[in-house]
Amino acid sequence: MKILVCISRTPDTTAKIAFGDNNTKFVTDGVQWIINPYDEWYALVRAIMLKERDASTTIHLITVGGADVEPIIRKALALGGDEAFRVDMEPMDSYQVAVQIAQIAREGQYDLILTGKETIDSNGSAVGAMVAELLDMDMVSLATALEFEGSSAIVTREIEGGEEVAEIPLPLVISCQKGMAEARIPNMRGIMAARTKPLKVVPPVEVAPLTGLVSYTLPPARSGVRLVPADQPEELVRLLHEEARII
Amino acid sequence: MSVIIFTEHSNGEIRKSSREALSYGSALAGRMGVSAEAVLLGTVSQDPSSLGIHGVSVVHHCADETLNTADTRRYTSIMAEIATACGSTVVIFPHSMNGKAVAPRLSARLKAGYVSGATRLPDVEKGFVVRRNVFSGKAFMDVLVQTPVSIISVNPNSFGILEGEGIAEVRPYHTSVGAGRVVVRETKKVTGQVPLGEAELVVSGGRGLKGPEHWGLVEDLAGLIGAATACSRAVADAHWRPHHEHVGQTGLAIAPNLYFAIGISGAIQHLAGVNRSKVIVVVNKDPEAPFFKAADYGIVGDAFEVMPRVIDAVRKLRKG
Repeated sequence: MKILVCISRTPDTTAKIAFGDNNTKFVTDGVQWIINPYDEWYALVRAIMLKERDASTTIHLITVGGADVEPIIRKALALGGDEAFRVDMEPMDSYQVAVQIAQIAREGQYDLILTGKETIDSNGSAVGAMVAELLDMDMVSLATALEFEGSSAIVTREIEGGEEVAEIPLPLVISCQKGMAEARIPNMRGIMAARTKPLKVVPPVEVAPLTGLVSYTLPPARSGVRLVPADQPEELVRLLHEEARII
Repeated sequence: MSVIIFTEHSNGEIRKSSREALSYGSALAGRMGVSAEAVLLGTVSQDPSSLGIHGVSVVHHCADETLNTADTRRYTSIMAEIATACGSTVVIFPHSMNGKAVAPRLSARLKAGYVSGATRLPDVEKGFVVRRNVFSGKAFMDVLVQTPVSIISVNPNSFGILEGEGIAEVRPYHTSVGAGRVVVRETKKVTGQVPLGEAELVVSGGRGLKGPEHWGLVEDLAGLIGAATACSRAVADAHWRPHHEHVGQTGLAIAPNLYFAIGISGAIQHLAGVNRSKVIVVVNKDPEAPFFKAADYGIVGDAFEVMPRVIDAVRKLRKG
């Protein structure tokens, strides 16, 4: 089986969110960058588990970004994966990213393309579905489990208030979330091996974005907490009923 | 010219997030001076003309039972057919599990700009600018759609449901799109519970509750006020509660009217998932818990002493 795992770089979950240049740029000073947690913990680790079960599995990684994202793709290679592609461009929207991934995927003829359910900075949840559409493939979003029977995947996905199990023939795009795998830490052997794994820098396909950024805004701060004494919990209920009118 | 709205149903009932998308689409169509039309795929238990109460004048209804099974590739093809046939300039989706999968596909199909998780109506004065959530609820981004057709998914609980009087014209739609390759084997639904993403009221518990055996405090309050239940990441990771209840940066991001947090300290990752809630109530015994800085109401106290009295007071309120 040949698997392509899509990797994004995101700010660490504790990063301070601030904007400059008239609120059009995310301020990256002092920001720690990580592999998007959904891409790492669920998509990549699931692919590695499949390779551990069947050594003939090939895992390729792909990321779209400038040279500064290379430490992240090396870290991903340290966890597992045979080789990586970096499409050398600064994408403006999900569509531009999807077109680049689709181009590499078309050439590689993958059985399975895995993404995280969304990135924790853009939260678009769009790239996987767009890639599937561009390749005319089926897609399962928000998957929590993945098994195989013959040439079909048995995928469990989250639906409102429950889960659905479906059988879908490969090839297939799957966006992964909690349940698919557990987080891992790269070991020294993986880190050493990652240094010599192929990382191909690929020029981008020319494509215009469909959307553009106007500006960012921070949400208004809350006016402050109204504390109710611990020995008068009934007062909290009264406030929620009479003042907030919410219960 | 029209705004069309993808309308989902579950067990024959129109979903709440879709009623919100219908309201949003109708309000937008009003601003643009065009018609709002619903697209309903599959069979429902009520008369589709009743969707007119949310402002749509037409319901394109493809009453094919096989469409009751979600196949996002097939849905995309049908939405593309209808959008093209109607000359739609805007296609609206609920930002639901299926909406999130179909909307971006349609975007790639139609080469139409997609705005995921919109939090308010587009500004149509200067182009077509839509506000959405980014950085897991820690910021908003205004996005300009640069294509003739726009696709928007509407974040739950951000616009509200508008109801008036109105009966829509139902137009039966027959599609040439054939069956897909997805075979659903099993659907496991937790019945009787409010889906967390759509819930208006949410009661949530953290590590401060000390173990799953104390979740009665969360469930009793939730049951009394008709709320959904949620939890922090630590709780889901410890398997005290199912993963789908985990709210936060790496779990579900929600925006209910009330988020009632018991024994949750409010780490930045947790706040990212809940800070769009309209009213936040925090009960925590640690006065230094960061959650108090993000809350509207709070009690510094032991949940095991405070919560039984809160629950009693709510019970009395409900009886009175």
